[in-house]
Amino acid sequence: MSDRASDRRVSPATGDDGGGEVRYLSQSDLEVPTHQIVAPDGSYDESSIPDLDDEELLDLYRWMVTDRVFSRRMVNIQRRGELGTFGSTRGQEASIIGSAFTLTPDDWLYVGRAWTPMFMRGASMEDMILFWRGIEEGQEAFAKVNAQIAISIGSHLPLVSGIAWGMHLDDADAIATAYLGDGATSTGAAHEGINLASSVGLPALFYCQNNQYAISMPYQKQSGANTIAQKALAYGIDAIRVDGQDVLAVYDAVSSAREKVLQGEPVFVESVTYRLDAHTTSDDPTRYRSDEEVEEWEAHDPIERYREFLKSEGLWSEIDHDAVVDEIETEFDEALAAANAMEERAVAEMFEYVYDELPPELARQLAEFEDLLERRPEMYDFIEQRPKG
Amino acid sequence: MQATIVQAVNDALHTEMERDDRVVVFGEDVAESGGVFRATDELLEEFGSKRVVDTPLSEIAIVGGAAGMAMYGYRPVAEIQFSGFLPPAFDQLVTNASRIRWRTRGELTAPMVVRMPYGAGVRALEHHSESLEGAYGHIPGLQVVIPSTPADTKGLLTAAIRDPDPVLFMEPKRIYRSIREEVPEGEHEVPIGEAAVRREGEDVTVVAWGAMMPPTLEAVDEGDVDAEVIDLRTISPMDTETIVESVKKTGRCVVVHEGPRTLGVGSEVIARINDEALMYLESPVERVAGFDTPVPLLSMEDFYFPHPPRILDGIETALAE
Repeated sequence: MSDRASDRRVSPATGDDGGGEVRYLSQSDLEVPTHQIVAPDGSYDESSIPDLDDEELLDLYRWMVTDRVFSRRMVNIQRRGELGTFGSTRGQEASIIGSAFTLTPDDWLYVGRAWTPMFMRGASMEDMILFWRGIEEGQEAFAKVNAQIAISIGSHLPLVSGIAWGMHLDDADAIATAYLGDGATSTGAAHEGINLASSVGLPALFYCQNNQYAISMPYQKQSGANTIAQKALAYGIDAIRVDGQDVLAVYDAVSSAREKVLQGEPVFVESVTYRLDAHTTSDDPTRYRSDEEVEEWEAHDPIERYREFLKSEGLWSEIDHDAVVDEIETEFDEALAAANAMEERAVAEMFEYVYDELPPELARQLAEFEDLLERRPEMYDFIEQRPKG
Repeated sequence: MQATIVQAVNDALHTEMERDDRVVVFGEDVAESGGVFRATDELLEEFGSKRVVDTPLSEIAIVGGAAGMAMYGYRPVAEIQFSGFLPPAFDQLVTNASRIRWRTRGELTAPMVVRMPYGAGVRALEHHSESLEGAYGHIPGLQVVIPSTPADTKGLLTAAIRDPDPVLFMEPKRIYRSIREEVPEGEHEVPIGEAAVRREGEDVTVVAWGAMMPPTLEAVDEGDVDAEVIDLRTISPMDTETIVESVKKTGRCVVVHEGPRTLGVGSEVIARINDEALMYLESPVERVAGFDTPVPLLSMEDFYFPHPPRILDGIETALAE
């Protein structure tokens, strides 16, 4: 038994320490502070600014703008029928960039609704376009930078704990990070994944972007817990709640958490943010939330707030915002052109990566199907013409 | 050395952990207690608490954690205490473990083993008796292996641990200790995906696996049938060729399994015979299987899974027509 486990060994109760009354543990007694550095009005305390040099402070801005431009362009090309679907991250830029900025290339990352971290790790916009076009090269490219996108909500938390377990066995100088949403905290897999990390003492960071909605389900109906952060206490791990509209606070919180996680103490971070756009391009948020609510959060635009900070620091003059946007637009144009130029792949690709070696039955199915396609080339026309979506 | 099936599991784990320090064993009660069936006995003492770990009571975390650890480069061998408790973690097999390679075009893989005792007949409570290899065999990317002898248990578990893809290793717990035979010392590997012919014969092919092998052989011996008995050993990917070649020779076939008959592995065996040997058949292929009911509680479980008289009845039906 580890020392940590020994400390928790339960002995029989020796007396009543509740003052003779039935006493409840209650969330109403909890104080859950929300970490913030730059206030909504742009004011801040100089001493609380994280230790970042000017170039890094400017990078935070560039990445946040990248995130916003990428989402806008992706929504646009989806509307033109050039993508299957897409989930915009508008409104969550500080939450996404501030957290991912703390990670190193050796760290592993499983994300949900956070695309720019892939670019920060070296994957390209083309890879992300391929992913949203349902082309497997996307996830392949993300895997090359120790990252993946999780689709089945919550199912990745046990995987992330497993990756962290490997790091623990290696004594690696790295952490495994799961990004999750508010909805994921209701899944059993999330619970079991976090509990495993706590039980074994694994270098796993759970970063929850509470963007207030799981498609149409608002957080206040998702759970009876006042905050998501407090759920961490039940697993015996520490939590931080942070203002997800404040990129410096997010960076500060997650870099602090990462240090603790490196010591084998998992940490849960709740980033309080808001999904300004639809869940995906297939969703109509006007059915379940008011314009007033959206406007309230738009007034807390994370990029605007950070811009005020950069002005106060005298760094705004270092940035040509229009040039930054132009550069990102050009990068996107080139990525889209490259994605469009991708050659159609042979049907055999569908069969190739299921096992290391193609089993006889699968080889047989492939041969039968290739034969069919040869005998009935109208298959291609049918698939081409079938209404999509 | 002479060993039972459960001792062969233990021996394979010892041997592979000795050979490859990336092999890590974990699950509920596997370390301090050595497993409820003692399959992981003495591993903690020999390999230490970093490589032999008691986990929380948490099947999703055990299977999902194994997949993550495997993606990172280790060779986890996770234990699910009874196969009846796998269903919560079915999601991790379907959603993650079985498709890591496919999803990343081979950039990441999940070389992992989930071991679990399966099957009825040990007078346990509900959820301790299932035989759902048909359901697990339906998952693309997941291999399902079921040994029936101590030597095969060691050889197949060794192959599973060394395999580059995930393997669900189902152990026939009813015969964990009832068979003792010579098991090779040291490293011993039996390839996944190859059936074994246990008896050569001319009149009928009988296909079985796992805990159905002893009663099947007993039925054949008692009925004095000239049967060719095939031990499938791997449910997925299935060794079609061995079955088809045998059926072409005998013209008759019986499939024996413990799991429910509808959409069971027997259905797939018959479909493959239809594909490649239908015209050789002299009678319909018989299925002797569990019923499409939950496995009864212990008071009635013996009526559920096939015994020699019922298996012999199926064989005689196939021979009579």
